[in-house]
Amino acid sequence: MAVEVAPQSAAPSLRRVRFALAMRSLRENWSLFLGTRIGVIGLAIILFYLVLALSHPILMNTVWDERIYDPVVGYAFDETRQPAPPSRSHLLGTDPLGRDILSQLMHSARSEFLLGLLAAVVTVTIGTTVGAIAAYYGGVVDTILMRFADLMVMMPGISILIVLSALIGVEHFELALIIGILSGFGGASILLKSQALSVVVKPYIEAARAAGGGPAHIIFIHIVPNLLPLSFLYMMFTVTGAIFSEAILSFLGLLDVRMSWGLMIHTTEAAGYLLQVGKYWWLIFPASLSITLLCSSFYLVGRAMDEVINPRLRRL
Amino acid sequence: MTEAAQATSSVDSRPLLSVEGLHKYFPAATSRFRRNERFIHAVDGVNFTLAKGESLGLVGESGCGKTTTGKMLVRLVDPTGGHVIFDDGVGEPTDIATLHGKPLKEFRRHAQMVFQDPYDSMNPRRTIFDTIAEPLQVQQVGSLVDRIDRVTEMLALVGLTPPRAFLFRFPHELSGGQRQRVAIARALIVEPSFVVADEPTSMLDVSVRTGVMRLMADLAAGLGISYLYITHDLAVARYMCSRIAVMYLGKIVEIGDTEEILRSPQHPYTRALLSAVPVPDPTVKRPPVMIEGGVSTVVNPPAQCRFYARCPLADDYCKTNDHPPLEHKGQEQIVACYKA
Amino acid sequence: MSGAPLLAVEDLTLHYATRAGEVCAVDGVSLTIEKGQALGLVGESGCGKSSLALALLRLQPDNAQILSGKVLLDGVDLVSLSDEAMRAYRWNRIAMVFQSAMNALDPVYRVGDQIIEALEQHVPSARKQLIERVQELYDLVNLDHSFIARYPHEYSGGMKQRAIIAMALACEPDLIIADEPTTALDVIVQDHILREFGNIRRELNMSMLYISHDMAVIAEVSDVVAVMYAGKIVEYGTAEEVFTRPIHPYTQALMSAFPSVTGEKHELATLGGEPPNPLGLPPGCHFHPRCPFATDICAEQEPPTVRRGEHWADCWNPPEEQGDD
Repeated sequence: MAVEVAPQSAAPSLRRVRFALAMRSLRENWSLFLGTRIGVIGLAIILFYLVLALSHPILMNTVWDERIYDPVVGYAFDETRQPAPPSRSHLLGTDPLGRDILSQLMHSARSEFLLGLLAAVVTVTIGTTVGAIAAYYGGVVDTILMRFADLMVMMPGISILIVLSALIGVEHFELALIIGILSGFGGASILLKSQALSVVVKPYIEAARAAGGGPAHIIFIHIVPNLLPLSFLYMMFTVTGAIFSEAILSFLGLLDVRMSWGLMIHTTEAAGYLLQVGKYWWLIFPASLSITLLCSSFYLVGRAMDEVINPRLRRL
Repeated sequence: MTEAAQATSSVDSRPLLSVEGLHKYFPAATSRFRRNERFIHAVDGVNFTLAKGESLGLVGESGCGKTTTGKMLVRLVDPTGGHVIFDDGVGEPTDIATLHGKPLKEFRRHAQMVFQDPYDSMNPRRTIFDTIAEPLQVQQVGSLVDRIDRVTEMLALVGLTPPRAFLFRFPHELSGGQRQRVAIARALIVEPSFVVADEPTSMLDVSVRTGVMRLMADLAAGLGISYLYITHDLAVARYMCSRIAVMYLGKIVEIGDTEEILRSPQHPYTRALLSAVPVPDPTVKRPPVMIEGGVSTVVNPPAQCRFYARCPLADDYCKTNDHPPLEHKGQEQIVACYKA
Repeated sequence: MSGAPLLAVEDLTLHYATRAGEVCAVDGVSLTIEKGQALGLVGESGCGKSSLALALLRLQPDNAQILSGKVLLDGVDLVSLSDEAMRAYRWNRIAMVFQSAMNALDPVYRVGDQIIEALEQHVPSARKQLIERVQELYDLVNLDHSFIARYPHEYSGGMKQRAIIAMALACEPDLIIADEPTTALDVIVQDHILREFGNIRRELNMSMLYISHDMAVIAEVSDVVAVMYAGKIVEYGTAEEVFTRPIHPYTQALMSAFPSVTGEKHELATLGGEPPNPLGLPPGCHFHPRCPFATDICAEQEPPTVRRGEHWADCWNPPEEQGDD
């Protein structure tokens, strides 16, 4: 390739212009996003949990005694009976094993974020690429990829995870990958392909071909960027799905994780407190409320982004 | 405005493009499991030549195969059969109907296309610079600095001034006329030998349309570019093209000098088409058009004149004989009709 | 023509509220249509001609508002009617045919059933009578009766447009508003539809507001022509007057920019500049930045109305009045 032997002056200035353009469109979309009430609510919830997740290690290193407040191996020596109701030293009480619930909640928030985002990134990367390729090539390639996607959609995800966790032991990272691959090759690629089909028929794709552009150029320069808004939207919904799956699996005790919101409910259930919600509410509510809130917050952000991306939904 | 274009035509005796028996059949129903025997004859044996610097108008109703023909010349559609001999007088004459791989990519520098829709022919996420520089980028022509210079030059050439103000705008920030100028700049930046222009002004407002038409004619004259100008509008073809070819259901039914055809159309279809064009003068009353409207698609057409079903002159001879061949009627007029 | 006009629009102003600001799509438009008359409204995209048509029927989108003016149909002001009363006027008294109307047919129902269903809501009667009515309508627009029981996909583009026209004629409206009804059609089909319109209008003595960007089509269908630019009517007169002796430079430019297949090949004029941005209309005469005859005053003050009989235009520098040529 005749490499771009651009003198220093032009290339950086071009990059600067592109950066400025990107920032401008970001600013415009941001102001639109702020105009949607649901988006702001969702973002506020996400930020709240982000603060919880980030402040946990700080608290552990400063005010919280590791022996008492460690989310997994700590024990509330200062309480006489476990589970202890909320008190000054344990704001959300302790669990049946004498561990501080607030600490567990905050510790888990971080892994929920990482799990959700990793699963979403994997899903969308695979889905966008597969969708664009299937739409561009059509024919046999499309048939193979889409039948494979059907197979993925039909896969009983929970059962597979049960088998896998029995075989290899599934932790957060593996779980994120499995969810990402299943939904990336499955639902995401089907959805993004149908969007890509509407891009492929646009005259600018023909113009790019007439210019001499090959498949890689057309797929990654023209098709994928036009899928990104939808990909991003799908990402938000995948986060919700991933967090929810994790909660179900660890509630069933099928995950090899040390602490999570689902596991907190599982512990409650294993110790026989699940049906005494009225009396031991602090064992159930913080974790289940967090699952609900974080899941719905990503969903709300997704819905708001839909409004930003899709001008027809926008209020004039 | 087209005088200059006409002057440069027919300088070279060898045509730039010779189209011979060009076909495109689309399967009428797609199934991967059954052999398809029903084909839509979108383009069915088309012959014409395009001289260097000439602009030929391809005229017809929607569905007549004119766009498919144009797209085959720039190989956005692969022909089912036939030849397109490209001879720019520099390299060896080549049949572009069967090119593929690297030679095809190189050929794309010689042939470009301008599309009808100024709103959908540009990627909404790319800047005007990226859009116009795309052919240079994929053909790996010049350095980034060269490309910026070339694009700036082209912007000035198509009348978007000051060019620097347009470089990093997005298509949606431009009006329809401005976008079509960008599309022209993109097509011409590789200095092609010919451009297929598919109804480039039909979606533009009247007040900006003539500006774009004039620009295209001036650029063709200045740069020696040939056009295949696809349009449904005979009036536009009159101003853009020295010759026109009238297409009907995949066949060229009449081809010749523009003014001659407009003055004395020979084929009954050309006559109908011409008499249907509304006249911008309320004192003129046009005679009624003789034929029924609406073009259908042809799946495995019978061996008779394609126009038989709608023709006011048709008789048994037209019914029982094959589609008539193109024959000289008049000086440069060639007509495919038994009755003309 | 004399007597009270069928439709009189008085000083109608319509604004759109958009995110980028207030857009004045229709700016103090006044016009009249007599019984049996065809008014051709010509203008380029974005000039407000479609907004005007929608406003006449009170079908403007939610973010649009009629700020002032009257739409008098036989002396009744449609702007001040209740929604309920307005509904009785639509289709019964004023019918419409839009460019996109071809896609308005529901693909899963037979076309005849769709017309009957629409008819039933306005003139309830026995199904047999309704079918007979549809047959009459199909005769009127030259469609074969066998197509009544067919689905939209079996119709060609031109036939769909005819079916839509049949539907619009169903209640024998006094006024039919046609907004670019032939723009998506081929010339031969367009020719048939235009002739159809002419015949029906003569047969039923119907008035018509025909909207198009195409000067030639307007020349063929209209008795009276109104030229619209940036929300205002800039020229108004009988078709013959406007086309043979245009006053406004914009009308002149449109006409000399229009290619023709007949007559001598004349040089096409090019109008400089871009169509105006409705968010930032130039002051004074909105056309002045593109006008070859513009003087200083054009940019400062709104142009006065120049009257030549019934024919008028808003312009500071109109051409000299010519004698008959």
